[in-house]
Amino acid sequence: MSGGLYTQLLDLACGAFLLAAVIVLWRRELAGIIRVFALQGVALAAIAVLLGAHEERWDLTAVGLGVGVLRAGVLPYLMRRALAALTEDRQRHGTGDNERRETQPLINVAASLLTAALLTLLAYAVARPLTAVHPTPATRALPVGLAVVLIGFFVLVTRRRALSQVVGFLLLDNGITATAFLATSGVPLIVELGVSFDVLLAVLVLQILTTRVREAFGTTDIDDLRELHD
Amino acid sequence: MNGIRYVAVAGQVVVVAAGAPLLTGWMRQVRARLEGRAGAGVFQPWRDTRKLLRKEPITPVGTGPAFRAAPALLVATTVVAAALVPLLSTDTPVSGHADLIVVVALIALGTLALALAGLDTGTAFGGMGASREMTVAALVEPTILLSVFALSIPAGTTNIPAIVSGAVHQPARLASPAGLLAVAALAVAVLAETGRIPVDNPSTHLELTMIHEAMVLEYAGPDLALVELGAQMRLTLLLGLLSSLFVPWGIATGVSWAALAVALVAFAAKLLLLGAVLATAEVFWAKVRLFRVPELLAGSFLLALLAVTASYFLNGAS
Repeated sequence: MSGGLYTQLLDLACGAFLLAAVIVLWRRELAGIIRVFALQGVALAAIAVLLGAHEERWDLTAVGLGVGVLRAGVLPYLMRRALAALTEDRQRHGTGDNERRETQPLINVAASLLTAALLTLLAYAVARPLTAVHPTPATRALPVGLAVVLIGFFVLVTRRRALSQVVGFLLLDNGITATAFLATSGVPLIVELGVSFDVLLAVLVLQILTTRVREAFGTTDIDDLRELHD
Repeated sequence: MNGIRYVAVAGQVVVVAAGAPLLTGWMRQVRARLEGRAGAGVFQPWRDTRKLLRKEPITPVGTGPAFRAAPALLVATTVVAAALVPLLSTDTPVSGHADLIVVVALIALGTLALALAGLDTGTAFGGMGASREMTVAALVEPTILLSVFALSIPAGTTNIPAIVSGAVHQPARLASPAGLLAVAALAVAVLAETGRIPVDNPSTHLELTMIHEAMVLEYAGPDLALVELGAQMRLTLLLGLLSSLFVPWGIATGVSWAALAVALVAFAAKLLLLGAVLATAEVFWAKVRLFRVPELLAGSFLLALLAVTASYFLNGAS
């Protein structure tokens, strides 16, 4: 693959990766958020596959494809199922479809978009010395991974529905994976496998937790968890 | 050879001034056809203007100079901006002064004049429209500036003709992530600035939602004709700016009659296409609630900021 085309495609994949994180902040419909998260998984897989193809390391390409299947297929499927279970239950009780939307984030959407801009700038500022060590197209895109980590943290602390907090956690993990790929130009297969299974397990546990929370309280708004119930 | 340069500037102004009502008419016609109506024809905005110009000028009691000067100021700033922005040719006698910041300031001056006129009438609607317009403008102007900055970093200058001629010679600049983000941001900003549908509905007089219409409710006769013409010219100018920045092919970079003729045809074709796309989109979109407009604009501001950072860092400019 020629150098110029590789750089362009890598930049494009990183741009899409960052853009998906921003759109997660923008949207309110949980179903839409999950769809955008799946697209981000595709972008992440594209980054890994491009790196693998550029350095002609086929194990890296395989890791990239595996990441793609997990983040663009399995995790969105699990979340969609959790969401379907929630909304179905609400409809049976006829109490509206409040569960499907992130109704009241702690920080309103316009302010959180501007915060995301600041976080991106912060990531760029912090990553400058790292980029200066060995400037290649991949390390130059490193701040994108850091920015997604920060945005993921932000989603995790400001959202109130359990499911959108799960999305924040997964954004954080996507960012960490992207940073690892871009910084080290490829993670060993065994490490990536371990991380992926961890994430999968975490999502399964969180899904069960979400269902239990909803059964106990009738909603997944985290603010209702102030008191202890038996 | 200087003659061609002056003809190019005059051509830009004439095309924008004469073509703006036609573009509006074209968009209304496309909308009408898509909604299953016959439509009033492409020349209807010109017929409206002629009708309004024949009427007696009326000024409401108690209004001051701001109200009387605003329509002329709106049209004048738009004409100057139309002369500066490279719509037909990048090589004109004024292209040395066509700085991005000047153009944005001229557009903002027109907005400000209209908002002042709305306040000057002292009616409830005028004040409400002015305050809404300023809310939108406060987020739109920095977005336009930032999204064009993303393109001016690779070009190394904020001179718009230099950016456009640079993009004609190096199309790879536009296909980068920075270019894509910038075009998305600028498109949203243009929609908001010209009062099109996700932000403002240009064909309604519903007091809960109107922004632009609320400011100009008190105008009548020739003044109203000028205000309408100004709004139509701004739409043409901003769509022209969008097309020259991101689809610069066809714009004359040298001095020749043939290139100028090609540029004229290309400009008309691009605007017709953009207008049709916009009109089609307007049929299918709903207007965003007023309280969500800042969200939309903050999003487009963020896109513009990401475009600037991407063009600065990813291309290795540092």
